[in-house]
Amino acid sequence: MRKSKLVLRSYVLGAVFLLLLWWAVALLVELPIIPTPDKVLTKLGHVFFEAIAIHSAYSLWRIAAGLFLAVLIGYPLGLVMGYFKQADRFLAPLVYLTYPIPKIALLPILMLLTGVGEWSKILMIFLIIVFQVAIALRDGIRAIPEETYYPLYSLGASFWQLFRHVIFLASLPKFLTAIRVAMATAVSVLFFTETFGTQYGMGYYIMDAWLRVNYLEMYAGIVVLSLLGLLLFGILDLLEYLTCRWQK
Amino acid sequence: MIEVEHLSVGYDADGREQSALHDVSLTVPQGTVCAVIGTSGCGKSTLMKVVAGLIRKFQGTVRIDGCPVNPQEMKIGFMPQNYGLLPWKTVGENIYLGCCIKGEESADLEVRGQALCQRLGIAGLEKRFPHELSGGQQQRVGLARAFLLRPDILLMDEPFSALDAITREEMQEVFLDLWQENHITTMLVTHYVEEALYLGQQIALMSAHPGSVQEVMDNPLAGSAEERHKPEFFAMGQRLREKIREMGARS
Ligand SMILES: Nc1ncnc2c1ncn2[C@@H]1O[C@H](COP(=O)(O)OP(=O)(O)O)[C@@H](O)[C@H]1O
Ligand SMILES: [Mg+2]
Repeated sequence: MRKSKLVLRSYVLGAVFLLLLWWAVALLVELPIIPTPDKVLTKLGHVFFEAIAIHSAYSLWRIAAGLFLAVLIGYPLGLVMGYFKQADRFLAPLVYLTYPIPKIALLPILMLLTGVGEWSKILMIFLIIVFQVAIALRDGIRAIPEETYYPLYSLGASFWQLFRHVIFLASLPKFLTAIRVAMATAVSVLFFTETFGTQYGMGYYIMDAWLRVNYLEMYAGIVVLSLLGLLLFGILDLLEYLTCRWQK
Repeated sequence: MIEVEHLSVGYDADGREQSALHDVSLTVPQGTVCAVIGTSGCGKSTLMKVVAGLIRKFQGTVRIDGCPVNPQEMKIGFMPQNYGLLPWKTVGENIYLGCCIKGEESADLEVRGQALCQRLGIAGLEKRFPHELSGGQQQRVGLARAFLLRPDILLMDEPFSALDAITREEMQEVFLDLWQENHITTMLVTHYVEEALYLGQQIALMSAHPGSVQEVMDNPLAGSAEERHKPEFFAMGQRLREKIREMGARS
């Protein structure tokens, strides 16, 4: 518990530091394109429930859906590749050939296939995360020393028992790290995809405010976007803290 | 009873087949402890892995209570050299792992588990993780897991080697104390002559290049703490050392 207080305090300190920096820059530059934080936060208080909330909900939903799909496909794929060496021989070339393709380059194709609506955005996030999940999991499982399995092998454990008692927990830290790394990319790509073909999402909101030359609303949107990131990373950190306590 | 007949095992090393065990035969009668002793690299761990069902590619026959090794059907307690604790499971979860995998849910499991922890001096540590324990405590957790399972056979690969001399002797006594209750057929690898004499009713001497059992000695001095300080014990130890040295010179 003392540790969680410490963590909370460092987050607050970080936020205060950023705010001060922002304030200093705003006062120095004195341009409408960089308003001071107090004005932005007041604005945020006014527009959050009537406008931003629905946009952030849309963005969150797209991230959650993309992430869910990516884990649904990427986890079993990585599991098979990591545990069964034979399977990896066939799957690795496939993954290696497709992994380096910049996923954003596929956006036009995705939009042609699935339309400009919800699916192209969710699939984009899925495509970005799924490889990272699969490869991180495979490497995590590969890194488990053979001896770790011995006590279970000698007890005649089934594959499900191996997964439950060894593979899942041993590879969890690598898995969470992969999600964390992928999440940052996913959020920025989501922002990009939300600037067209939709009336909802933080990307749309921020770009729309910008076009309307409403800088206060634009900044309010950016603040919410960063809070969204904080929320997502915070959840991941908490998950890691709860499940990876066994690590030194 | 563990019966090993004409066992040969090879490893793939750089594409060539390297012989690790050659024509090994050894029988451990029901309810006895067999200490396997030999220099490092002579194939002791390999022998244990074959009997534990971890190595399936071998020539010869290995039978446990008359049946070919099959970890699914029989209860094999295997304690590898590093105790085999899972770092992400608490001490308690590690102790019950064997019974959990075997799906054992007898009503007195909890009670027996607690009694074992009490006797092994690890009561109160159940919530900790293995890395928060000393080597000796980890060893005790491994023993607790093995004895809670009440296996058909118990295989221990250098169980006490990583411990300091004092803790090692303590653990040997703890092991004997637990063993006296169930008389589980046990194979125990060691490279300490005194340990072999103290624990093994039978002592199998192994030599290297290729790994094989040179001699199986009966050891009447096993299992008693008083014998440990008698001159016979020392004399026997000297004889054993001599034999091991001779084998090393021959190969
Ligand atoms: N996985 C392996 N691959 C190739 N060679 C191995 C492997 N494990 C053991 N060996 C070889 O087999 C021999 C016996 O090893 P081991 O059974 O571990 O000996 P011990 O336990 O008596 O020290 C050694 O020469 C070792 O190099
Ligand atoms: Mg060994």
